[in-house]
Amino acid sequence: MKNSTLPTKQENNAVATRENTRTLTPPVDIFDAGDALVVVADLPGVDQEHIDINIEKNVLTLKAEPSTRVSEPRLLNEFVLYPFYRQFQLGEMVDQDKVRAELRYGVLTVYLPKVAEKQPKKIEVKVG
Amino acid sequence: MRSFWDPFREFESLYREMEQLFDQVNPVRRIFGRITDGPLSASYPLMNVGEDKDNVYVEVLAPGLNPDSIEVSVLNDQLRIAGEKAPLKTDIRPEAFYRCERGSGRFVRTLTLPVDVEADKVTADYRNGILLVTLPKQAAAKPKQIAVKVN
Repeated sequence: MKNSTLPTKQENNAVATRENTRTLTPPVDIFDAGDALVVVADLPGVDQEHIDINIEKNVLTLKAEPSTRVSEPRLLNEFVLYPFYRQFQLGEMVDQDKVRAELRYGVLTVYLPKVAEKQPKKIEVKVG
Repeated sequence: MRSFWDPFREFESLYREMEQLFDQVNPVRRIFGRITDGPLSASYPLMNVGEDKDNVYVEVLAPGLNPDSIEVSVLNDQLRIAGEKAPLKTDIRPEAFYRCERGSGRFVRTLTLPVDVEADKVTADYRNGILLVTLPKQAAAKPKQIAVKVN
């Protein structure tokens, strides 16, 4: 039996979105470095092997599982670490085979190189 | 006990409610604390404090710090943590940004410790963007096990 009586929209082209669990949205900086897009995300408490970066149908998905556990009992409790999850729609410009990423001090940097024909071309201005 | 109506206290509660409202709109603020100034915003970086019978543990959520900039010091019952969240390289044109949410800059936060600690045996370990400070308790602050005699 179906759980919902409402018709759900089925998009054949859609990428899987988050699972139905609690997640944190990491803050990011995204900037255009000329020949690449650079995504910088704060992922505290995450080991390198627990990061999952996936590009499918021009959607970049970042998933990360924090492995740091806080000692109990708590005297002061200001943060809780849940799995991190965030998705970004990319343009056609990214060369998906050349994506690379590095993790340093809890900050993930993803380099998304642009395909060659989308890189800016420098046009020499001739002064006659 | 409050015996008269204090308008400034009313403002404070209004401020708190507004902060909570903003937190709902932008959860990133709530998760990672706020760098900005303000009367109630001395909450960067966020901390969890736990203890067992020998130590107090302070965990500080601070990704992307410049490791050389981290300063941890203990004076009496005050733990002071200072550092700098490293900025991105500065040659990026402002118009090249699509998202700019992480922020950067220097911070200081002090915390009043619940018990007396051995200030010269405090250790701090920065790993994966979380600073773990372990503060051994002074002998007088540790719990004593009392043997119960049964007659």
